[in-house]
Amino acid sequence: MRIAPYILTVAPIVVCAQTIPSPVPENEVFKREDIGHALARPTPGAGHTQASAANAPADDGQWLMPSKNYASTRFSNLDEITPANVKNLKPDFSFSLGVNKGQEAAPIVADNTMYVVTAYPNIVYALDLTKAGAPLKWSFSPKPAPASQGIACCDVVNRGGTVDAGKYIFNTLDGQTIAVDIKAGKPLWRTQLGNINKGETMTMAPTVAQGRVYVGDSGGEMGVHGWVAALDENTGKLIWRAYNSGPDDQVLIGPDFKPHYASDHGKDLGVSSWPPQAWQIGGGTVWGWLTFDAEMNALYEGVGNPGPWNQQQRPGDNKWTAGIFARDPATGAARWFYQYSPHDEHDYDGVNEQILLDMPFAGTMQKVLVHIDRNGYLYVIERGSGTVLSADPYGPVNTSRGIDLETGRPIINEAKQTKLGETVSNICPTASGAKDWNPSSFSPKTGFIYIPHENMCMDWISTEVNYIAGTPYVGAQVHMKPGPGGNRGALTAWDPVQRRPVWEVKENFPVWSGTVVTAGDVVFYGTMDGWFKAVDSRSGDLLWRYKVDSGVIGQPISYRGPDGHQYIAVLSGVGGWSGAIVSGPVDPRDGTAALGMINVMSDLPKYTTAGGTLYVFSLPH
Amino acid sequence: MCSRYLTSVLLSAALFAGCQWNPHAASPAEQPQHPGVIGSALDPGVDHSLVTTDPRAAIYYDNPVAVNAGKRLFQQYNCSGCHSSGGGGMGPDLMDDVWIYGGRLEQIHQTLVEGRPNGMPAWGDKVPDEQLWQIAVYVRSMSLPQTLAAQHDNTPSQSPAPVPREVDQDAGWSPPPGTSNDYTSTVKGAD
Repeated sequence: MRIAPYILTVAPIVVCAQTIPSPVPENEVFKREDIGHALARPTPGAGHTQASAANAPADDGQWLMPSKNYASTRFSNLDEITPANVKNLKPDFSFSLGVNKGQEAAPIVADNTMYVVTAYPNIVYALDLTKAGAPLKWSFSPKPAPASQGIACCDVVNRGGTVDAGKYIFNTLDGQTIAVDIKAGKPLWRTQLGNINKGETMTMAPTVAQGRVYVGDSGGEMGVHGWVAALDENTGKLIWRAYNSGPDDQVLIGPDFKPHYASDHGKDLGVSSWPPQAWQIGGGTVWGWLTFDAEMNALYEGVGNPGPWNQQQRPGDNKWTAGIFARDPATGAARWFYQYSPHDEHDYDGVNEQILLDMPFAGTMQKVLVHIDRNGYLYVIERGSGTVLSADPYGPVNTSRGIDLETGRPIINEAKQTKLGETVSNICPTASGAKDWNPSSFSPKTGFIYIPHENMCMDWISTEVNYIAGTPYVGAQVHMKPGPGGNRGALTAWDPVQRRPVWEVKENFPVWSGTVVTAGDVVFYGTMDGWFKAVDSRSGDLLWRYKVDSGVIGQPISYRGPDGHQYIAVLSGVGGWSGAIVSGPVDPRDGTAALGMINVMSDLPKYTTAGGTLYVFSLPH
Repeated sequence: MCSRYLTSVLLSAALFAGCQWNPHAASPAEQPQHPGVIGSALDPGVDHSLVTTDPRAAIYYDNPVAVNAGKRLFQQYNCSGCHSSGGGGMGPDLMDDVWIYGGRLEQIHQTLVEGRPNGMPAWGDKVPDEQLWQIAVYVRSMSLPQTLAAQHDNTPSQSPAPVPREVDQDAGWSPPPGTSNDYTSTVKGAD
């Protein structure tokens, strides 16, 4: 593995008498070579890895959905910006969002207009890219209920909207899905789906396909009964809603359900794999990425963690949490399911992105999805059947000793199982995962996946917790700490065929932004201390960086402007779970604050302040 | 919705081993009608707020039993779910010196009773009033120098000091701590 030369070394940093804890020792985690498994040896000669063609049409220079295309490549075919000239990149304009909370959304570009949705109060701005300085065309304030702020687990973020058929479609923190007429800037419909009195919020970005809008809820730390729903794109009317626990008829499991692994076969497992009634308040939310697959006519649904965090209050596999469903997009009927973390004990949500690829495996080209899970493994899964072809650690892992590809289940390391009233130390990865929601990108030119991620571990003590509707349902005290080496984050280029990292850039703070990769062979990402960076997609070498007003946790994009030139856009505005120490009213003296994140992030206020600004960059022209 | 909510509270109280609450003894908190509790330092028409203190607060001062009962209830009612060990998260930090809705014991109690618009639930008809006072006094204790000094690791508020009556002695606005020159007390002038 080639390590970039500009590694940040992390010494203990003292802030307000708070010390960043020592990194977990190297020998506490397992070696990738020892715990990575695949059904067959790599056969790179069988073909070149590509995005699923039906899901990645030719790039028109716009950026209509956060994932760029249904394949979720976040690859821009624009190549004006290159490793040779990116050093000349300059800000073209910036725009204050007027909201100083964590900004996780991707800017959207359609018909030379840019659309941005902010963190709560979820204001939507439309900017005219054809005019100098991109003046405001309209803004829309949905005015979500203020009380929704109090039930959002991890800052009041929003992961973006999407443009389709003349509408900008997004969710609000208080549980509405709204379609705004992009010409008039007025809502065409707004549908209330979540109930804040039950702890339901909405923070995810909708996926729109075939005239349907797919959305899901947040609230996995509030004892909600998680769901995914499909709405009619023209009316906002509910077409179907599937819950992720409970009887089969609520989960929309019927005769079409053919999961690959034995432990997913049986009637009403969403009831029997829980203590009595516990499934009703068991989490299984859908706050990450829903991926539509035009080739297989399927919807892939990543499902969040089971609740409460205290695992001893919910013995059983806790179906269908911490896994992935393939569903019929028209009816919601489940086709297959795979559980990344049966009976999750560490808050390993299964909500991270799915990248749809055609990839050589076992001598032939396979239709796969790549999922980079919180539990530390990068999964390559055959899209038709839900069969795991390979599962390899890409970050620090000691909660399991690999994935058993016969059963599909992690081989549990009992030493890192969480317990009531007993502190278990140096659990890796941490609760927010070896990587959280922030999406990777894939370049068909290199065949690599560019993974923005974390290198953090934790100490955990479970506590007894009561369920009170509309309040947290967690039952754990967590103290996070840096992983081996002390760098809390990394950007890793991963070769899914050879199942190994190609290069890695270490970062002082967890990398909480998305990445975008371009045909010019440049990867863009941001850091929590406020640097927006460009690195070489083949080497990881730092090519350019620009200091923005606040830390970056948003999703950068690349688009073609009305003048034909290539532009790069990103939101700054630190926050989210990891940035709550800056954007929220949180005290660095309490290591358990923000679900244990403060313990490892108490120095962030030395590096950045809260903000919220759109930045757009281009080469001088 | 309300009945389901109450059921959940009762259910969870029954589930919780060691919970001291006897639901039959529960009495809803009274909405304070007296003028003693105000949330603002602005009191138009007077040059110094004349605030009478809520008499119900008195027994919770200098009361180590109450503050420790509050510490236990703070966990049991999931206050810790939002406010952690005082450092905050979904809800605000409680161990600093910023009080959005007032930091006097009776103001904290009133916040617990009524809830607040940005996400603090209203507990007045769901939790016995005595328990709300106990939680309030624990919250008031979190930022006391004695409580902060007792912190030995990065999980604060585990050794809460009783709240001295003196901390809430001033009934209205007073100059911030550290003010070296206070001219506000002289504006009344001499007769």
